[in-house]
Amino acid sequence: MSELRRVRWLCRRGMKELDVLLDRFVTAEYDGLSEQEHAALISLLRREDPDLWYLVMGRMPADDPVEESLLGRIRQFESTQR
Amino acid sequence: MSDSYDIIDHQHDVIVVGAGGAGLRATRGLADAGLKTACITKVFPTRSHTVAAQGGIASALGNMGEDDWRYHAYDTIKGSDWLGDQDAIEHLTKEAVPAIIELEHDGVPFSRTEDGKIYQRPFGGMTTHYGKGQAERTCAAADRTGHALLHTLYQQSLKARAEFYVEYFAIDLLMTEDGACRGVLAWDLQGGQLHRFRAHQVILATGGYGRAYFSCTSAHTCTGDGMGMALRAGVPIQDPEFVQFHPTGIYGAGCLITEGARGEGGYLTNSEGERFMERYAPNAKDLASRDVVSRAMTIEINEGRGVGEKADHIMLHLEHLGPEVLHERLPGITETAKIFSGVDATKEPIPVLPTVHYCMGGIPTNPYGEVVTLKDGDPDSIVPGLMAVGETACVSVHGANRLGSNALLDLVVFGRAAAKRCTELVSPGQRLHADTTKSEEAALARFDKLRNASGNTSTADLRDSLQASMQKYAAVFRNTDSMKEGVKVIGEEVAKFADVKVSDRSMTWNSDLVETMELQNLLECAIVTMTAAANRTESRGAHAHEDYSDRDDENWIKHTLTWYRGDGRVDIDYRPVHLQPLTDEMEHIPPKERVY
Repeated sequence: MSELRRVRWLCRRGMKELDVLLDRFVTAEYDGLSEQEHAALISLLRREDPDLWYLVMGRMPADDPVEESLLGRIRQFESTQR
Repeated sequence: MSDSYDIIDHQHDVIVVGAGGAGLRATRGLADAGLKTACITKVFPTRSHTVAAQGGIASALGNMGEDDWRYHAYDTIKGSDWLGDQDAIEHLTKEAVPAIIELEHDGVPFSRTEDGKIYQRPFGGMTTHYGKGQAERTCAAADRTGHALLHTLYQQSLKARAEFYVEYFAIDLLMTEDGACRGVLAWDLQGGQLHRFRAHQVILATGGYGRAYFSCTSAHTCTGDGMGMALRAGVPIQDPEFVQFHPTGIYGAGCLITEGARGEGGYLTNSEGERFMERYAPNAKDLASRDVVSRAMTIEINEGRGVGEKADHIMLHLEHLGPEVLHERLPGITETAKIFSGVDATKEPIPVLPTVHYCMGGIPTNPYGEVVTLKDGDPDSIVPGLMAVGETACVSVHGANRLGSNALLDLVVFGRAAAKRCTELVSPGQRLHADTTKSEEAALARFDKLRNASGNTSTADLRDSLQASMQKYAAVFRNTDSMKEGVKVIGEEVAKFADVKVSDRSMTWNSDLVETMELQNLLECAIVTMTAAANRTESRGAHAHEDYSDRDDENWIKHTLTWYRGDGRVDIDYRPVHLQPLTDEMEHIPPKERVY
């Protein structure tokens, strides 16, 4: 529980775009993340905002396939929200 | 009876609250001057909302053609609808030139022209020869100007040995009984302890309160914390009725499409496919200043020419620019449009709507960053020990409407000025004698009460309700009845806060409690905003009053001051606008009709 609260604070970003995407993603999918995915999420959240945004947009490749698939789900997730 | 808290003590020469562009520029200047400086911030410095500033920073360098800081001053005064202080605007625009050079030397990677000069692009409201030509004045570091600025200033601050307290939430100011500020009470979100930071000067650099609205471009972290702290300490907020709506927020999500898009040739159309800005601003068209464009869009929608199923938004066209220009000059915009509106901007227009973007109002200061108030008939009475810079402050250089690319400029110019002023006021290691017991007890009691709050109203529900009310009653256009209703409704929401429920009692990573404290700050900002709006019976800049549609220079060239007295009660008074410039290097710009 305390880990989720810490992750939530890491989702507080400088860019509204990231706030919206990360907040929705974590609310809906955090509980179902594997340990590996959890580690990948933390590593993504440690990135600087413009880099994370480039990763989300797919303008920059991620470090590993787990991060890449998480990014895909974050993107995907938004398109189901409309 | 409140729980007892062990409080950790710190003493510094100066404390800065907030690590966005303004806070970091101040911190860097203070530490450079050898003052023992602490910067307290609730989010990591490079995650401050300044990071979202992509457009750029204005400065009359004249790299692309003729320019002069006096033209920039004229544009800023006209943009402010003559509510900006001309002395502060002279300082802003004149200092813009050395400020950019300084940033360049510090390592900000500005985009270049082919011959190696800093590249500058056109922006709304920026002209040459006092409105005659279109200026190219806005400098940018590709699409990450804000981030480059934060990164550079953070590195410089660390190098100068400033101390950073990251993920610390500032609760309240520590004030003496005679009204001087001598510190801050803060909460370490990770360690879970309270900290008493004492200093000769406290600089608030906590940003705006865009999140008081439902549809805003601001990050979730923009909750008016510094303004809330100031109001609770008896310090007024100036001109809060002026809230800027950016013309191009993406319909639905609220995410921003930068004004650079129109700077590069983008334009707006209504449901008839008409480029309607040609009617409202024959010269500047889509690059008229933000309040003008936002009002025009709202009129088009209100008169039935909005697009979409509900005829409730407008289209922004970029497809004619071609994919190369879009990707090169406006990187990220096609992806933003794709993710948040499902549109391919290289082929079709983007649905947009005026969206809350910037608070022109804030804590009143002089051009040196010192907080001023109206006291015993003196409108420039300094609040000892307290300073404010950036969006939290109201110097006032933006008056009733801010021009694009003047915000980043405001941050660096006044962040720098505040640091410089501190070096005149404080000597390193100077002893501090101040009794702030009473205010500290009040702050602790408030913290403890909220931590144990066991009412029936959820923080999220009350925030939703407040955001909907502000969106409805403090909108692009306002009228007497709607604002009267707004004051009543927001007053009820303020009262409802007494019934708030916090379910998490822990001291670490307690986002429930943080968001509740942020909500209190938002509510206080909202009630003074709504009350000031209902009080101003004219239209000026961002304040468009349907029952008083003209600007009333005879009665209203004055700054509103609002004090929050608790229980939903707001007192109002005024400060004069400084219509004379600082020196004889520029002429006073007399009020005239604002045509673009």
